[in-house]
Amino acid sequence: MRFSDEFEGRFSEMLSHYPTKRSVLVPTLLYAQDEVGYLSDEVIAELATRLDLTELEVRNVISYYSMLTTKARGKYNVQVCTNISCMLRGAEEIFEHCKKRLGVGPHGTTPDNLFSLEEVECIGACSWAPAVQVNYDFHENLTVDKMDQLFDECKKEGTQLRNL
Amino acid sequence: MADVNITVDGKKVTAPAGTLLIEACKSVGIEVPSFCYYPNLSLQGACRMCLVKVEKMPKLQTACTTVISEGMIAITNNDEVRQARKSMVELLLGNHPLDCPVCDAGGECELQDMTFSYGAAESKFMEAKNHKDEQQWSPVVYFDRPRCILCYRCVRVCGEAMDVWALGVQNRGVVSVIAPNKEDHLECEECGMCIDICPVGALTSGAYRYKTRPWEMNHVGTICTHCGDGCKTTLGVRRSDSGMQIVRGDNRDKSGINGDFLCIKGRYAFDFADDPQRVTTPLIRRDGQLAPSTWEEAFELIGKRFAEIRDKEGGRAIGVVGSNRTTNEENYLLSKFARVVLKTNSIDHRRTADFPAFAAAMVGKPHAAATMRDVFNAPAILVIGNNPTEQHPLLAWQIRNNVRLHRARLYVINSRPIKLRRQATSFTEIPQGTEGQAAAFLGGDDSAAEALGSGSREMWVGLRDKLRGEGKLIIIFDSAIRGKDISALVKFGSAVSGAKFVCLGDYSNSRGAADMGLYPDFLPGYRPIADASTFKDEWGDMPTAPGLNVSQMAEAAAAGTLKGFYVVGSNPVGGLGLDPFAFSNTFVVVQDMFLTETAQMADVVLPSANAYEKAGTFTNTCGDIQLVKKAGEVSDVKSDFEMIVRIADATGFEVRKLVPFGGRGTSADMGQSRGAQSGEADRHVVWLEAHGLEPKMSPFDPMAILDEIQRLVPGYDVSRMNLLAGNDQHTTTVGTGQGGVQDAKLIAPANDNLFTSGTLGRYSRALNSVIENRNPEPAEEVAAD
Repeated sequence: MRFSDEFEGRFSEMLSHYPTKRSVLVPTLLYAQDEVGYLSDEVIAELATRLDLTELEVRNVISYYSMLTTKARGKYNVQVCTNISCMLRGAEEIFEHCKKRLGVGPHGTTPDNLFSLEEVECIGACSWAPAVQVNYDFHENLTVDKMDQLFDECKKEGTQLRNL
Repeated sequence: MADVNITVDGKKVTAPAGTLLIEACKSVGIEVPSFCYYPNLSLQGACRMCLVKVEKMPKLQTACTTVISEGMIAITNNDEVRQARKSMVELLLGNHPLDCPVCDAGGECELQDMTFSYGAAESKFMEAKNHKDEQQWSPVVYFDRPRCILCYRCVRVCGEAMDVWALGVQNRGVVSVIAPNKEDHLECEECGMCIDICPVGALTSGAYRYKTRPWEMNHVGTICTHCGDGCKTTLGVRRSDSGMQIVRGDNRDKSGINGDFLCIKGRYAFDFADDPQRVTTPLIRRDGQLAPSTWEEAFELIGKRFAEIRDKEGGRAIGVVGSNRTTNEENYLLSKFARVVLKTNSIDHRRTADFPAFAAAMVGKPHAAATMRDVFNAPAILVIGNNPTEQHPLLAWQIRNNVRLHRARLYVINSRPIKLRRQATSFTEIPQGTEGQAAAFLGGDDSAAEALGSGSREMWVGLRDKLRGEGKLIIIFDSAIRGKDISALVKFGSAVSGAKFVCLGDYSNSRGAADMGLYPDFLPGYRPIADASTFKDEWGDMPTAPGLNVSQMAEAAAAGTLKGFYVVGSNPVGGLGLDPFAFSNTFVVVQDMFLTETAQMADVVLPSANAYEKAGTFTNTCGDIQLVKKAGEVSDVKSDFEMIVRIADATGFEVRKLVPFGGRGTSADMGQSRGAQSGEADRHVVWLEAHGLEPKMSPFDPMAILDEIQRLVPGYDVSRMNLLAGNDQHTTTVGTGQGGVQDAKLIAPANDNLFTSGTLGRYSRALNSVIENRNPEPAEEVAAD
């Protein structure tokens, strides 16, 4: 299968960083996931061949890390931290609200494929709790209203992009 | 490496630097419990059972990953350590079902033993145990997830030791689970190593599950009857309606040359013995149909007819075909029977390697034949042709693990990219069928390089120089290299210091059949017929002209000059493609387990016992001789040994001249006839009979013939005591220098793969279920119209 030139550039550069090929597996999986959206069977087969691993070994690694997924996610992956600091400052209320607003449970994806929801452990934003990570962006000091604003913005952006 | 001194539980221990603490403890008889640690596999440190106290270290240490250092003081059995172990067992039992009463592993389960030792029967857990239903991963492997304690032994043995990598670990922490490579099933070599190595009953065997308990079986360590490698397999047997049934095979007896290894055939393919199509009564052809008869009638008929033919037409009118799966004793006896009783030298077998040429090339180098154990320890190995992974699984295991554990250098020359190339230092591809030229080139014939394909001449010369520089090289080849190519290869090896050789034959006793003289032109020990001196003295009168080989026998039958045809445990019609109609006017006697293509054309069929149902010896392809012990039993069948003797008797031959039983030189103390020990002899005889080992007082005792073999066959004078104790003994390869005359066309390799095994494979449910599982859709027939 074909990846972007950017991916290929990173991949071949990383290969030179380690004494063994298999060592680049984890970062490669992350880049591949960013590009494809999730780690499809095709991606797994391709990377296994490139790194002289069995597909089973690649799957073992994917299943070990919670940020790697083999299922398609929505355009916006909403990761709500419910660890201690966030929890004390209302994260559970926010998580409940997200579930209600999106109509999906943890690891669910909305039918329009815009949003996925996840409950995650500490994301290191305790000073600005409660915090939510959407894809790679952090949103802090959240309330239910701010959360709604965020959803609206995402929805607008996502719909616009889709209609382009 | 330098030695290191440590103290364990007050005992002084000295071990080489680099030794693991757990091994150092074991060396002085202190057992440190562990689940995940397994010798010769990578370290895991997962189960935490081997925690011990090491002085000056703040916390308990895992003995399986701690390397000893000078002055180390370890304590393996104080309250703290015992408490730690107890806690580990308690944690392991957190989700482990207590279904020991129905679990296959119950009675031989390591977790059961540890729970018994450390007493964590009471649990502080209140939570319900997680349950998952058992899964069938392949026809022979089942997985019971809740029983798994995640020691990862199966994952490592499958990957590191087998180089199959079919098992992995998915997820992490408490939800970790062992996973097969194809989501819900396995695609692998089906060796079953994962089942054997599982310390609990998480991986179980399709052949054995829920059948019986370990303590209800007898366990008999005998030699596998399939390929030529000679693995020791432990057969679990229990009583059944018709005798003793084999219910499982494993390698709990690790004393064999195979150590931890067994392939699917040694582990599962014993089930041909129970096949309903097995012949269990003698059959005589009456009005064109094979009909049941009594043994007496069958023996009388055979004896009468063979004697008639011999006396009227001469011995040359009778042909004999022996087997690659009968014991050395039976092969020797058959060889002697043909020559002495039937007066014919027309005796042959399915040849799967050019052993006579090998023996001839080895003249003057009696110790240059490698043992199977040597293959695990040699610093360098050259494999020309063959695909050991499929055809010689133990040999492949020895090579693979030698490379992995001892960094041996492996050179592979093959026409296909065989799996062993993954371990190879150098892999050289040659065109199909040019193995002989490769051997000739190595032997110094530079012009042979022309045929070897794309590789440049410089490359070949470089390879040859490199191999010459390897000390203690083991050179392995199969039937693709024959006749003068073998001598060329041996000549090449002679220039390498300490080089040894392995000539690969295909069946469990192919080497034995060759060594015991199942040839029309050789007596046992590759002694030419013309030079029969010692045998003549011992055996008496025999014909002096070489006899017919198998294909000449078929021609003679078609021409009407072969009147009698005696086939013991072989299927020349199905296997070698002989025309059955050529034998329509020949009196054909077949001894076999099944109605093979050859048996179907017979006039008399005698039901025979297989190698798991009798005693004797096998010689593997390396020349390692091992004891075969009786495990299973099916009533109404007889060993080939007994049948040959009975037929000799029925021809009017004096049996004592055939089998030197009783009489001079063999006397036994039969014990007391009265008093406390009276009846001792009876008990002794009962035991011996049960094992097919009478005290040489019976004409059916193979040990009486083994005496003669050891006396007369060069190279077989191994330690009898070691042999009977179940140890492999290496025969020395001694030829007479006249082996090069064999017709290479007569060699017909078996070409079996991991899941086929000649006639036996055809009747093995286990092997067939794997084959069917792989090819669920029968290949579509191409319509003829």
